[in-house]
Amino acid sequence: MKIYTDSGKKDTRSGFGAGLEELGKKNPNVVALCADLIGSLKMDNFIKNHPERFFQIGIAEANMMGIAAGLTIGGKIPFTGTFANFSTGRVYDQIRQSIAYSGKNVKICASHAGLTLGEDGATHQILEDIGLMKMLPGMVVINPCDYNQTKAATIAIADYNGPVYLRFGRPAVANFTPEDQVFEIGKAIHLIEGTDVTILATGHLVWESLQAAKALEEKGIAAEVINIHTIKPLDAEAILNSVRKTGCVVTAEEHNIIGGLGESVARVLATHHPVPQEFVGTNDTFGESGTPAQLMEKYGLNAEAIVQASEKVLARKRV
Amino acid sequence: MSSIPEMEKLVSQVRRDIVRMVHKVNSGHPGGSLGCTEFFVALYQKILHRKPDFDMDGQGEDLFFLSNGHISPVFYSVLARSGYFPVEELNTFRLINSRLQGHPTTHEGLPGVRIASGSLGQGLSVAIGAALAKKLNKDHHLVYSLHGDGELQEGQNWEAIMYAAAKQVDNLIATVDFNGQQIDGPTDEVLSLGNLKAKFEAFGWTVLEIENGNDIPAILDGMAAAKSRTGKGKPVCVLLHTVMGHGVDFMMHTHAWHGKAPNDEQLAVALAQNPETIGDY
Repeated sequence: MKIYTDSGKKDTRSGFGAGLEELGKKNPNVVALCADLIGSLKMDNFIKNHPERFFQIGIAEANMMGIAAGLTIGGKIPFTGTFANFSTGRVYDQIRQSIAYSGKNVKICASHAGLTLGEDGATHQILEDIGLMKMLPGMVVINPCDYNQTKAATIAIADYNGPVYLRFGRPAVANFTPEDQVFEIGKAIHLIEGTDVTILATGHLVWESLQAAKALEEKGIAAEVINIHTIKPLDAEAILNSVRKTGCVVTAEEHNIIGGLGESVARVLATHHPVPQEFVGTNDTFGESGTPAQLMEKYGLNAEAIVQASEKVLARKRV
Repeated sequence: MSSIPEMEKLVSQVRRDIVRMVHKVNSGHPGGSLGCTEFFVALYQKILHRKPDFDMDGQGEDLFFLSNGHISPVFYSVLARSGYFPVEELNTFRLINSRLQGHPTTHEGLPGVRIASGSLGQGLSVAIGAALAKKLNKDHHLVYSLHGDGELQEGQNWEAIMYAAAKQVDNLIATVDFNGQQIDGPTDEVLSLGNLKAKFEAFGWTVLEIENGNDIPAILDGMAAAKSRTGKGKPVCVLLHTVMGHGVDFMMHTHAWHGKAPNDEQLAVALAQNPETIGDY
């Protein structure tokens, strides 16, 4: 089994900041907006290098989304930065009308997504954002898994013409994907080959899935792990090719199972190749305060939960 | 450039377009459209420095954003009669497979429209963004926007009003269609705006008023004065006092025709009050 090593824990939001800094140098049309969270979004270096291309909006996210839409008229490529909750639910209608329906080239960059935001609690821990964004016609939804991939995704979305939701997180997590990777929107990445069960993971749950695959191997189960960094457009071909081989699937995401990656996968399977599926994610619940690790354990979003779901789906396959 | 008599002729024709469009599909918003007819005609015939051909980026020309998208009939009529698309297309207003959706949108590629509007309160932010892009591009043309007065009840406007003043977005002229009416009744009764001029001024805007917003010379003078106040570190607001339903006597001074179409007899009366001048579509 292919082994992945953590080159040193880093937060994905810093990957966004590094990507934005690089974009600032190579693309003069890239502009950035922030709603009073520069430090949290790691936008400092972009601002230092290009103060004229940065817009501090203040605590006014609805206005930020509208200004971003307007900046595209004139050829700018705006990257908005705030927490995932304030990037989506708070401003859904602004995104829907002024960005998505209007077809504007805005990159909605959202940090502190999911439970791993931690101690601030449920008011800030959005677990519904993937669902909200993927329902918008034409919206691309990306949830990279580590620092390197978030940096690569940030750079890649500037070259795509259209609205994008880029979701990342707060805590330092394993950094294991290649530093020099080229990010392809909508192209799933096979991390581990296996024949017994397909594990489709996104965001922070990709690393957990790799740990789960190790544990499953010790039990004689060969899991295939695929990194679904792009939830929309979904790489249906990669998913179907894998499940045709394994005959069952576990989806894993730091998101409500209602409206998340798992449901998108279920639709593809139901349409083309129905197989047993288990869902690792939060189940129609809000989060709460706690450390990221405590929360991921309590709500069943770690390697152990993925192992259990894999064993369960394997048992269903054998019936 | 049109003369004032030419523009006044066009106003009569646009009013005919408006009532015919909403009558045909028995839906749409004639009241605000009629009240803003002189403004739109003056804007597109005289005030805006615009290129004959439409491109989304609009560099090197003035831009206009309609925030209160429900007055699409006047917007569509004036766009068509200013050369953006064939006037015959006004026949398709609100019909299936039309570029003339109930509320304006970029989605169907209608020339002249740069943002979708309809869900209220979003246009000022967009106009600010476009004005910021003009500054970055060193494009010295202006951005104009139009907002309903009732629409200012939406909170996003006040985020935008605060921002534009704080960040000195002084290449922007935001006009408020100050007709004092909204769907449920007079704005003062539904949710009073209070002293709107004082509010904009307290936020740091330059505010001008056009007392007769249904008079072409008054609009031209007022908007010229507004333009002369741009580039001085403050965004500019124009309070355009209009009469909802202007030009069709039974639709005037009431909110009743905000979003209601005339029947056959009412249409005939409205058309009789607004003679055909340059040809019906």
